Amino acid sequence: MKSNSEGLIIDGVVAHIDRDNIDTDQIIPTEYLKSIKKFGFEDYLFDGWRYKDDGKLGVTKDERVIDENFILNKNPFNESKILLTRDNFGCGSSREHAVWALRDFGIKAVIASSFGDIFYNNSFKNGVLPIILEKKEIDFLFDQTQQKVLELSINLQKKEINYGEKSISFHVEKHLIDRIIYGLDDVDITLKEKDKIFDFEKTRIKERPWIFK
Amino acid sequence: MKTLYDKLWEEHHVTQLDSGESLLYIDRHYLHEVTSPQAFEGLIKKNLKPWRLNANIATPDHNVPTTRGNNFNSESITDEISKIQVVELDKNCNKFGIKQFDIESNKQGIVHVIGPELGFTIPGMTIVCGDSHTSTHGALGCLAMGIGTSEVEHVLATQCLKVSKLKNMNVRFEGEPDEHVSSKDIVLYLIGQIGTAGGTGYAIEFSGSYISSISVEGRMTICNMAIEAGAKVGLIAPDNKTIEYVKTKSFLDDDTFNQAKEYWKTLKSDDDAKFDKEIIIDVSKIKPQVTWGTSPEMVLNYDESIPTVFDTKDENKKNVELARDYMGIENETKLSDLTFDKVFIGSCTNSRIEDLRQAAEIVKGKTIASNISEAIVVPGSGLVKEQAENEGLDKVFTDAGFIWRDPGCSMCLGMNPDQLKPYERCASTSNRNFEGRQGYLGRTHLMSPIMAAYTAINGTIGDPYEI
Repeated sequence: MKSNSEGLIIDGVVAHIDRDNIDTDQIIPTEYLKSIKKFGFEDYLFDGWRYKDDGKLGVTKDERVIDENFILNKNPFNESKILLTRDNFGCGSSREHAVWALRDFGIKAVIASSFGDIFYNNSFKNGVLPIILEKKEIDFLFDQTQQKVLELSINLQKKEINYGEKSISFHVEKHLIDRIIYGLDDVDITLKEKDKIFDFEKTRIKERPWIFK
Repeated sequence: MKTLYDKLWEEHHVTQLDSGESLLYIDRHYLHEVTSPQAFEGLIKKNLKPWRLNANIATPDHNVPTTRGNNFNSESITDEISKIQVVELDKNCNKFGIKQFDIESNKQGIVHVIGPELGFTIPGMTIVCGDSHTSTHGALGCLAMGIGTSEVEHVLATQCLKVSKLKNMNVRFEGEPDEHVSSKDIVLYLIGQIGTAGGTGYAIEFSGSYISSISVEGRMTICNMAIEAGAKVGLIAPDNKTIEYVKTKSFLDDDTFNQAKEYWKTLKSDDDAKFDKEIIIDVSKIKPQVTWGTSPEMVLNYDESIPTVFDTKDENKKNVELARDYMGIENETKLSDLTFDKVFIGSCTNSRIEDLRQAAEIVKGKTIASNISEAIVVPGSGLVKEQAENEGLDKVFTDAGFIWRDPGCSMCLGMNPDQLKPYERCASTSNRNFEGRQGYLGRTHLMSPIMAAYTAINGTIGDPYEI
């Protein structure tokens, strides 16, 4: 098991998008789901908001009409590793491409008051940490972004967000955050239980034969 | 004491891991061309094979053109990038020996339509697919949910899903709805009430006298959109209607079927089952529903005025403003004031034979309005298409000015050429009105097949009580 010491602290400038219900179609539109690869989605993150024209898979950022007002196009937010948003981020489609696009852009943590279930699950499998905070804490952070460029430091092991003297702790299941810290692979973990799965299956074939026809 | 979800969970529970998560055994795994290529790649890299081949059923649906006609194969797709993805599914299925209803098959269709229709979805199963609308299969009493591509690989490799248990919610629909109200309206109404995050973290069981009264297809529409209420699992206890439905689709021999039937009858929540949350909705008060904004929760009665920032709670003002702006809604506007450009009848929500019959009934003998530049009907599968043609529904639609297409996901998400042009307004029977969902800058209004048919004829949202 390798320890990813670089993964223990996520810090830097916070990009913020002040809206609820950002669905995975907004994070990455359907067009880019035509890719059969697992990487290379950075130019398509928030495509509908980042550009003023319609994109196609394979067309890069440099060939597009950039919307200078969109936060990820502004310096220093174009280098952000942390995204702050509101309720129900990542709702809708199950596309893991949404997490791949965030990851490829360089986003390592998303802070929101809630997440879509499938997106939340997908995130941990790709080294992106979704952090759930109370609405009032989200309000506080948004207030700070109005005053200056907000910089945060997230400590994965302590499960806390540090902001100047202030620290906000967050809850995340240990087994989930361990996947990010140690880069664990689910298939490897599950296959250690191979015998149990075989035994279960054998019994099931006997008891519920119609499933296996 | 146990809910249906609890029972299905226990039935499939292989073991609890040190992490606290559980391994659930997966009975059926559906695959399509969009979320599977990277999973197969992962499998190949790890030098693994599918754990149990016959658990897997594949079909291409998202990318496929719906103007295929005869003698069309994967190589005939003109969009080069779409073609690669469909061909990749062919290759992966051939390499591993996975059963595929390919683009040439008369049984190809939207994965959530063909599963139940070909007898591959039967009560009591755990079902997964790399597609959030997998919740559809819950209508037959299955524990069914959408998963990401990493999980697709995991299920292929291990026949298990690594998950934590969800909470239980019971949504009871009671009463008898109005004649113009269908299951689509009922589920849209629910989403309007609880919001798109209302079901997050829950498995929703739908119950009540209304659910008992409707067909299995109507139930699929409701479970299909559980995910739009935030719940990745939606399910309904199987009853005699379910068993009759499965009987007509099943490839099981009589003995096995009868044996299964006895078990299926036990699949229901106990009378004293404890739910973490219960909601009761009187469906007799629900009017036809139409969405106005860019989230399925932005839904109204068909005859209502669209909210302005002035009549919205502070915390929602920004969302309303952004949605109005995107949807091109100015000043005080009623839903019935909007003029439509396109109509789409299809998607895994509403492309089954009953949906087409309902819409056809309304358009019969009429003509689509002159402002509708295109109205398309996309049957959910080859078998739905064939059935509809046998009933003459295709003729009813084409006589009225609709275009009759080949099966696929089509304009629900516009991965194929069926897309809205910028600023076009569409009456759609699909499930998501997100920005750009049906095409770049396109404007989607979700509604039932009945209301979409009225809108096609009227050009604006018609009043079904007046027409």
